[in-house]
Amino acid sequence: MYNFDFVKPLNVADALVALASEEAQALGGGQTLIPTMKQRLASPEKLVSLSGISEMQGVDISGNIVTIGGATTHANVALAGAFEGLTGLAGGIGDPAVRNRGTIGGSLANNDPAACYPAAALATGATIVTNDREIDADDYFQGMFTTALEDVEIITAVRMPIPQVSNYQKFEQPASRFALVGVFVAKYADGVRVAVTGASENGVFRWSEAEGVLSTNFSADAILGMSVDSSEMISDLHGTKEYRANLVRVLTGRAVSSAS
Amino acid sequence: MPKDSGIGTSPKRREDIRFLTGNGKYTDDINLTGQSYAAFVRSDVAHGKINSIDTSAAENMAGVLAVFTGEDFADVGGNPAGWLINSRDGEPMKEPKRPVLAHGKVRHVGDAYAAVIAETAAQAQNAVDAINADITELPAIVDMATALASGSFVHDEIETNQCFDWGWIEDNRAATDAAIRSAPHVTTLSLVNNRLVPNAMESRASTADYDPGTGDYTLYTTSQNPHLTRLLICAFVLGIPENKLRVVSPDVGGGFGSKIYHYGEEALVLAAAKKLCRPVKWTASRSESFLTDAHGRDHVTKIELACEKDGTFIAFRTDTMANVGAYLSNFSTVTPTFLHGTLMAGNYTVPNVYVNVKAVFTNTAPVDAYRGAGRPEATYSLERVIDKCARELALDPIELRRKNFIKPDQFPYASAAGLEYDAGNYDALFDKLEEIVDFGGFKARRAESEKGGKLRGLGINSYIEACGIAPSNLVGILGARVGLYDAATVRVNATGNISVMVGAHSHGQGHATVFPQVVSEMLGVEENSIEIVHGDTSKIPFGMGSYGSRSLAVCGSAVVRATEKIINKATKIAAHMLEASESDIDFKDGKFSVSGTDKSVAFGEVAFKAYVPHDYPHDELEPGLEETAFYDPANFTYPSGAYACEVEVDPETGQVTVESFTAVDDFGNVINPMIVTGQVHGGIGQGIGQALLENCTYDENGQLLSASYMDYAMPRASDLPFYTVDHSCVTPCTHNPLGVKGCGEAGAIGSPPTIVNAVVDALHSGGHTHVTHIDMPVSPARVWSAINS
Ligand SMILES: Cc1cc2nc3c(=O)[nH]c(=O)nc-3n(C[C@H](O)[C@H](O)[C@H](O)COP(=O)(O)OP(=O)(O)OC[C@H]3O[C@@H](n4cnc5c(N)ncnc54)[C@H](O)[C@@H]3O)c2cc1C
Repeated sequence: MYNFDFVKPLNVADALVALASEEAQALGGGQTLIPTMKQRLASPEKLVSLSGISEMQGVDISGNIVTIGGATTHANVALAGAFEGLTGLAGGIGDPAVRNRGTIGGSLANNDPAACYPAAALATGATIVTNDREIDADDYFQGMFTTALEDVEIITAVRMPIPQVSNYQKFEQPASRFALVGVFVAKYADGVRVAVTGASENGVFRWSEAEGVLSTNFSADAILGMSVDSSEMISDLHGTKEYRANLVRVLTGRAVSSAS
Repeated sequence: MPKDSGIGTSPKRREDIRFLTGNGKYTDDINLTGQSYAAFVRSDVAHGKINSIDTSAAENMAGVLAVFTGEDFADVGGNPAGWLINSRDGEPMKEPKRPVLAHGKVRHVGDAYAAVIAETAAQAQNAVDAINADITELPAIVDMATALASGSFVHDEIETNQCFDWGWIEDNRAATDAAIRSAPHVTTLSLVNNRLVPNAMESRASTADYDPGTGDYTLYTTSQNPHLTRLLICAFVLGIPENKLRVVSPDVGGGFGSKIYHYGEEALVLAAAKKLCRPVKWTASRSESFLTDAHGRDHVTKIELACEKDGTFIAFRTDTMANVGAYLSNFSTVTPTFLHGTLMAGNYTVPNVYVNVKAVFTNTAPVDAYRGAGRPEATYSLERVIDKCARELALDPIELRRKNFIKPDQFPYASAAGLEYDAGNYDALFDKLEEIVDFGGFKARRAESEKGGKLRGLGINSYIEACGIAPSNLVGILGARVGLYDAATVRVNATGNISVMVGAHSHGQGHATVFPQVVSEMLGVEENSIEIVHGDTSKIPFGMGSYGSRSLAVCGSAVVRATEKIINKATKIAAHMLEASESDIDFKDGKFSVSGTDKSVAFGEVAFKAYVPHDYPHDELEPGLEETAFYDPANFTYPSGAYACEVEVDPETGQVTVESFTAVDDFGNVINPMIVTGQVHGGIGQGIGQALLENCTYDENGQLLSASYMDYAMPRASDLPFYTVDHSCVTPCTHNPLGVKGCGEAGAIGSPPTIVNAVVDALHSGGHTHVTHIDMPVSPARVWSAINS
């Protein structure tokens, strides 16, 4: 690790001032950034911790909308119990140490192709709220580790419409225990959304054919005969494209069966 | 009344309180006044020619004290292989030099070719980044078959990538070939014994200190065998006189084999400490551990089993390529040969065995002994092919094994692979297994799993291993360059408490608890007043350390012998004190008494007399009560076991879960049943890791793909079932005083084939009968591909 300065502002405005200097970087829970720095793959001169900003903390449920502060830890999201799919997802990330440090804002900003939260955000049609604007989940994710965020833009909150029923199925990569494939299914009055993480070289995506079928018949049987195109899927030590495509179908079915 | 101390009881591990409360003292915990820090420049290509190394920028950086390159060590010795193996044609193996720092060429990713010493660890690391090497990348030699056929070489000077081509037993070759040709049934299986990263919880670390006044060196290092490390450094590499180097290996956080060996980093910090006259410290990062700790296993094998139609075994023949990586690590040549081929008759009366092993240099990290060392490879090949054979002949896998077992009345038994098994009762192990495991209820459990859409499989296995390494005269004939005895000194202090200095080294085994149990039993002195001392060449006699499940069988035997000498001498002192003749003295429960009288003295009084010999026959007796014994075993010891497990396979995802695991082992006499159970648990955990999860993988360019925990899958608690472990079947070892065999590796040897046998069984039950084998790790993706192939 290289040396760096550390600041912990108490509000978003101060954070933005601190981030404006060259080579400054936001620090959420540090569960991705700190290991990267330890390996000397990142060398920010200043870390601006977001964990002291109270306006970015907490889970608020009002009506059909849940609003999660951008610096809220996975453990707190799980505790809040907003809806089944989200609670299960947050409670299944990493281990207790990771869940009590890692944040939803950090996870969405990082947009790891194997991360869990992107599936929840995309399947619920979430709104990513930043210091500057509001971004639709459908516009936000732009491929592996790529998002619509600008430099010096921080996620202050995430708003999700609460589905009628939902479920997240995560098949763990045996080593990292991130999602080898993760499927989030969310059913709303106006249709079903299915978001898939871990599988594609383009990052999280919606399986629209399945959405169409499930919107008219919300049952695992409805997608039994379907298959998802494997051509742009990830192939690595832990599974081929074809294996991942199979998992997408299997997990979607299981998510539908388990949705509550 | 049951005993409450001594042999056969289970006092808690006394060292655990220290470890669990953060009071352990590991190498990295040792900080010396004025210490500086070493960091290594490691190759990021698998194979390359070093044209030049520009160190000038680094040398001028803040805090930098010295920079070393391979050139600085061109004249010192290489780190040797501890065992000379001859090829089938009588040619000695190829032994290219393993230098302290790579010189001329880099040969694997992580190969260190320069080192920086600086005031702080961060400054050393910064200077590493400033070293500019001009290295021409060469094509990487990674795959073993390709390496054997290749015209380019890991070591140009030997003009081949084959280290040796070993046949065992060469004289049995023709008979084995003929038996297989004419056999009524032959089962053939090709398999890979997957390469593993040892992953000790504590990474390697070495700190060297040099005293310019006396010329004495001290090396604190993470070693399983400080004397062996000292010998290698002094006799082979740096040429320091042995009496000028003290090697201390304090608490060591796991080794599994990887800390047996001497590594270049140890020599580097010693040389640097001398040059700078300052302590030099190095602690490996986890990334360095992945890249440079000696890896384990990595065999590619074809095995044939020939038998009668009724399943009577006629012959085993194997053909193996064993990866030794880029350099020969210290035990790398014996592991795939004598620790592997000699076990290839298993527990069976098979008359013909022939083993061929080609050891291959590749542009990968060195490969060496890892928990089990050769025996897991042998067991896996045998027990997988036997399982396949049972299926082909529609025989019950337990019955097939029983049919071919060596029977209790056949011991001592000369196996067709050249060992003499002294004791065992393999049928009794299966009897016990059948008593513990509800085999009868398996059908119902399978049906229950099927209701949930899962396939259930039952896996059976038996194993034998050779431990208690090793009789020096035998291993000398076989090419060992060291003896493999061990040593202990028992020092009874004036106040009656006892220090036991042992050559064995504890890095998780529990010696601090177990050795006192033995001495306590023999002397009738409380366990708590007996302490062991280990891991410091300035304090302990010359012993060979801990590996190969040898600590108790070999060093424990030395402890017994030294304690017997103590009793001998103490009896003389007691006779003098009691004014009786030595032959009339009985020693029991810590008391010396004159037989037939009520006259006695306690052990403590005798100890005191030995050190305060005011009234003492100085012409007959020396003062003091301290004895040393060296013990060289007469044979290996032969633990054996019968294992069973049940797995569930999710056919949709390929996920395997281990539902139950039962291990019945014969370890001979057991000193501390709780510790033995713990050793078996750990071994099975590692075995399940190998079977289901762990896989060290290089790509075709020699880049390590599984170079961190993001890609190298370690077993976790949630991957493991509750184990049922039994060690009540005892056939004591016939040739060591405790009748013990060793238990440290058994779990890792016996479990991988048990798991894979169960997975194949599960798939067959689901109608996937085309799947006769899946290579380890049996990952979800591999199972799914096998089902769908
Ligand atoms: C052992 C382990 C296991 C894990 N397992 C899983 C898993 O199973 N599933 C999963 O989804 N994840 C997993 N993670 C990732 C973890 O859950 C975090 O979500 C992730 O590391 C990022 O969140 P963070 O708060 O730690 O961000 P940091 O590491 O602090 O930051 C990551 C990046 O996001 C930026 N950033 C942080 N906060 C914000 C913000 N509010 N606005 C804009 N940019 C920001 C930082 O500048 C940095 O570039 C695991 C991590 C570890 C260490």
